[in-house]
Amino acid sequence: MSRAGLLALQLLVAVIALGLWQLFATVPVFGHLLLPPFFFSNPLDVGSQILDWFRTGVIWKHLAITLWESILAFAIGSLGGVLVGFWFARQPLVAAVFDPYVKMANALPRVVLAPIFTLWLGLGIWSKVALGVTLVFFIVFFNVYQGVKEVSATVLANGRMLGMSERQLMRHVYWPSALSWMFSSLHTSVGFAVVGAVVGEYLGSAAGLGYLIQQAEGVFDVAGVFAGMFVLSAFVILIDLAVTAVERRLLVWRPDAADGRG
Amino acid sequence: MQADVTATSTAVALDDATVAFRLADSRVYTAVEKAGLHIAHGEFVAIVGPTGCGKSTLLNVAAGLLKPASGTVRIFDQPLSGLNRDAGYLFQADALFPWKTAIDNVAIGLEIQGAPRAMALQRAQGWLTAVGLGAFGNRYPHMLSGGQRKRVGLAQVLIRDPKILLMDEPFGPLDAQTRQIMGNLLLELWNADRKAVLFVTHDLEEAIGLADRVVIMSAGPAARIIGDWRVKLPRPRDISEIRLSDEFHALHREIWSVLKDEVMKGYAQSSQASVGAAQ
Repeated sequence: MSRAGLLALQLLVAVIALGLWQLFATVPVFGHLLLPPFFFSNPLDVGSQILDWFRTGVIWKHLAITLWESILAFAIGSLGGVLVGFWFARQPLVAAVFDPYVKMANALPRVVLAPIFTLWLGLGIWSKVALGVTLVFFIVFFNVYQGVKEVSATVLANGRMLGMSERQLMRHVYWPSALSWMFSSLHTSVGFAVVGAVVGEYLGSAAGLGYLIQQAEGVFDVAGVFAGMFVLSAFVILIDLAVTAVERRLLVWRPDAADGRG
Repeated sequence: MQADVTATSTAVALDDATVAFRLADSRVYTAVEKAGLHIAHGEFVAIVGPTGCGKSTLLNVAAGLLKPASGTVRIFDQPLSGLNRDAGYLFQADALFPWKTAIDNVAIGLEIQGAPRAMALQRAQGWLTAVGLGAFGNRYPHMLSGGQRKRVGLAQVLIRDPKILLMDEPFGPLDAQTRQIMGNLLLELWNADRKAVLFVTHDLEEAIGLADRVVIMSAGPAARIIGDWRVKLPRPRDISEIRLSDEFHALHREIWSVLKDEVMKGYAQSSQASVGAAQ
């Protein structure tokens, strides 16, 4: 299957799906609509809503807020995860002591923390960032912990025999190994940063994509809800593409990341 | 013909070295018992023994990666404490840093000593060329073949100019032809400045082809050194040619007559489940 052929088929799926949606939402079958507009809206309305957002420019502010929240959540969560992951991996006693609490904190569905964060940090961006951080932190933490723990014993011995000090081992062996594990979970952690931001916004905020969807839902504006969902999907796909590009750049040395080699 | 060990300058001296491991069920497994081995400066010694006999254990003791339970280890007449800083170690398994390119893998040994990066890279390029990989500097280890990775490993160790070279079945995972090529490359590089070499292998032909002395270990547990032969084949050697000489065959037959029994014993033991956690 050629690239163009595949793309054509992929587009065909979208066209058929949207076509059916439009058809059943506007043309009655045996006297009544299969997709009543009150519950399902229709693609044209959703499309014009999206166009409207971009034409008037209101969407940019919300996109920027959500993006900024996601970036902050990702950065803070990753930093914390890396530091604590490293610390625990190098101090088995600390890891053993905290093990049940880490498991407990990770077992908690993070959404229930949103009200607490809103209470503590207000309706601004920081309560959303905090929610994202609790999601990102554990993913990065577990990966870095694993990465430091599972450094090949031979590579480590080789570093020692080449004369590396503990600090140099840290820099040339543990660190790259931990980072490679962290980067391999980059898609997941970035995804969770966005989830944290949007869910946080949905549960109480004054701006952002989650807020937009929640507002539309509040006034039974189904077209607005769908429009928000489509914009959100496109937003996540763009971020994912960026992550893929970053990953390619950073993990060139890995057999599976380097484009079909190995 | 047993070789007499009366070297004037001893690079590595193991005396009565016993190495024991605590097993999971808290029994003690003695891997090597009262091993004595002296390697003169500039001497190429190969240790041959059946699988799991503790050859690598002995090598790790000389490297300072393992501490003997009893006995002494001296490096250039100094008792060894901690890692052996005079030694370069070529591992059996892949030991290159997978996140560094070939040239960075070679240069790292100088960089961690504080050499300026430009100078380290220049020297590394020289070593890559010496092992025949001058054009492969920017490849990552996974883009290299097994033999090429071993060459990079060799350059990585040799760039630091260690006085002692410890090699743990370094060419074990390679195919027969590549092993011969690597053997010749090793001899060529070694000939340039004759470091003391301790080379562990299970392949008697490889040992005789490369070494000045071949040391035989008994089957484990509690492996001992049971034979020590001097190889009087002329140097420089070509491994693939030297194998065809009569002297080679005579020596091979002589050593094999001793080694064979141990190999059978080692095989019998490793087929029983009770022997584990050897190396």
